[in-house]
Amino acid sequence: MAHGPAKGIGRWLFTTNHKDIGTMYLWFSFSMFFLGGFFAMVIRAELFAPGMQLVDPNFFNQMTTMHGLVMVFGAIMPAFVGLANWMIPLQIGAPDMALPRMNNLSFWILPCAFIVLASTLFMEGGAPNFGWTFYAPLSTTYAPASVNYFIFALHIMGASSIMGSINIIATILNMRAPGMTLMKMPMFAWTWLITAFLLVAVMPVLAGAVTMILMDINFGTSFFDAAGGGDPVLFQHVFWFFGHPEVYIIILPAFGVISAIIPTFSRKPLFGYSSMVYATAAIAFLSFIVWAHHMFTVGMPIAGELYFMYATMLIAVPTGVKVFNWVTTMFRGSISLETPMLFAIAFVILFTIGGFTGVMLALAPADIQYHDTYFVVAHFHYVMVAGAVFSGTGAVYYWLPKWCGRMYNEALGKVQFWLAFIGFNIAFFPQHFLGLAGMPRRYADYSLQFADWNMVSSVGAFMYGAAQVLLLYNVLSTVIAGKKVTEPKTWEGAEGLEWTVPTPAPYHTFTTPPEVK
Amino acid sequence: MMATESSTYYVPEQSKLPVVTGIGLGVMAWGAATWAKGGSSMVFLVGVLILGTALFSWFSTVIRENRAGLTNDQLKRSYVWAMTWFIFSEAMFFAVLFGSLFYVRVLALPWLSEGPTQELLWNGFEASWPLFVTPDMAVAGEAARVKGPDAIIDPWHLPLINTLILMASSVTLHVAHTALKKNSRKPFLIWLGITVVLGITFLFFQVEEYIEAYRELGLTLGSGIYGTTFFMLTGFHGAHVTLGTFMLLVQWLRGLKGHFSHDDAFGFEASSWYWHFVDVVWVGLFIFVYVLGS
Repeated sequence: MAHGPAKGIGRWLFTTNHKDIGTMYLWFSFSMFFLGGFFAMVIRAELFAPGMQLVDPNFFNQMTTMHGLVMVFGAIMPAFVGLANWMIPLQIGAPDMALPRMNNLSFWILPCAFIVLASTLFMEGGAPNFGWTFYAPLSTTYAPASVNYFIFALHIMGASSIMGSINIIATILNMRAPGMTLMKMPMFAWTWLITAFLLVAVMPVLAGAVTMILMDINFGTSFFDAAGGGDPVLFQHVFWFFGHPEVYIIILPAFGVISAIIPTFSRKPLFGYSSMVYATAAIAFLSFIVWAHHMFTVGMPIAGELYFMYATMLIAVPTGVKVFNWVTTMFRGSISLETPMLFAIAFVILFTIGGFTGVMLALAPADIQYHDTYFVVAHFHYVMVAGAVFSGTGAVYYWLPKWCGRMYNEALGKVQFWLAFIGFNIAFFPQHFLGLAGMPRRYADYSLQFADWNMVSSVGAFMYGAAQVLLLYNVLSTVIAGKKVTEPKTWEGAEGLEWTVPTPAPYHTFTTPPEVK
Repeated sequence: MMATESSTYYVPEQSKLPVVTGIGLGVMAWGAATWAKGGSSMVFLVGVLILGTALFSWFSTVIRENRAGLTNDQLKRSYVWAMTWFIFSEAMFFAVLFGSLFYVRVLALPWLSEGPTQELLWNGFEASWPLFVTPDMAVAGEAARVKGPDAIIDPWHLPLINTLILMASSVTLHVAHTALKKNSRKPFLIWLGITVVLGITFLFFQVEEYIEAYRELGLTLGSGIYGTTFFMLTGFHGAHVTLGTFMLLVQWLRGLKGHFSHDDAFGFEASSWYWHFVDVVWVGLFIFVYVLGS
């Protein structure tokens, strides 16, 4: 059983070790983050000034589409799966993931899927250009020839996600150390258990959506074709039945990370642990019954609009519980502001802003004005970037010493944080104004009154991009030449099983389960 | 040769299987995309070959490890959870197709046949189910691009027979399971064998039905939303029956080699859960697609 790491490339290709697989997930996600970030830079460079300067409109559309797809499926989701792989067995006292070989399969599908997806950029007619939400008929009747590659890439990504989630569920339900009851689990494990359930439930729905698209394009079916009795709006219902839980799939593990970092640096246990668990479950439940708030302008009956509006607003309740619990955890805590804590506090503030704009968008009558404008873009970047990405970055700083036994450069970390924080807000706060003033999203050009804020936004985006290069540098220099640390507990206020194993975490941990009191 | 059960959780050594399986899936995805848009099927078949070989080898490995006693009870519980959630994900996939059927029948078609949508876009279209006259036909008549079917499958012939076959197969499979629990190998093999034969018979009739639909009824994938939902629901179900039959056949062969005992038969049990699941889906199909759809 005590097989150590193998030598050479085979260690990574053939591994069954949750730490190796977690590392691969994290590096894969990081590289996709840079690819998707590059697409974003192209978008912001083109939008720096009105008129067409750098790319043609069709290529611009490919950039917005690929940016969304790569960031959602390639960067953010794998990042949290990587964290889950590394941390869940350590946090619950398990020797590894429940099904280690399937774990490695889940990972290796991803590079294959993204090769297929990215290759469409070089195909005749170009990459998908219909937005990451691939609404029919843009993705059927008017799709580029490469759409089939997009469909099958998404199919196998879904397979990867389902297998990864099944693994996480089996690990958490079956591999906890004796005494580690469900209500003693760290919040990160809890949020991932619920996220994995969401993934198993909605990834097949995404598979259904892309299958229907595939059939409509290639085999003459009429799912989204009114001429044959189908309905393009059906696509939106199916997509958002997947899509809304999907955004919570992205944010729930981020909640878990924040619930680990804030208590550590406040030197207080998490306030309201059980209410956190129930709030997470409530958010997951609500995510299934609110999907059509993405479709208020599609022509739904008024009863539907009202129902989806009120149901959506309910989400603010459990989300508010979480935000208040984080704030209360910090209240009268002995707070120190290391880099992970900076990211966590920024998360709480900026995610709350994103949450509030979400409530604004949930108002059906008001949404008719905001719909498909930059206000929506600003809203979801406040939750996706300042939410998920900030928390992921915080997690990397927080657990990096445990992973590699070396301490990152704290000063550089803080510089990186402030650059990211300021850059992010310069990039995305003005987009609220642009959207309220009526600038539609996903256009390569805009009318002149939007010019000033677009230029500001682009400057902020470049700043934010530069901050990520700094992050890469900081991580690399830490892994290669950071100051060695050996204390099991990197942070004095940290609690949990992961801080009881040596630093760096040995290749195999908890081969015999620890006893949890 | 059952060795004693290992007390620690089995964490397998390094393995080439996952990465090969992943590459097989990638090649298959690429090949399927090329093939679906009218290109060559070669790459797809190569992908299938890689994937098939890897999975065969993978399952053999797992069986071998189990025979060698490396799998303890805790690992078996992991398998149970994994299969349970896999079946749940399959249920969600069928839920999408059923949900689409309901959406079209209850909401989309009535909306197409009323108010300005009907007046301005599909003048003269009347919602009905089965949808023999598509909105396109209501406007363009014989020149329509999407035509409805001439007739549909009568639920009270082949589909009824198939319903009885599948329900019987669930019973025979349960009898086989009960026999296995008593360690009576011979009845186990006989009843499992009967189940496999019933599965194959079902598939045979399903193919018959498709041939009739395509040749005589003008009911095809392309015949409007009725043909779309009919073939997608029954087709994906048929694909699942095919997989289920194959799984049960493998378990039968393993039973023949003497693999199972009353308390160690996860491969068989997982296949049997899958089979029962596929049967339940069929009952839904029979009611909502065939009976209430005619």
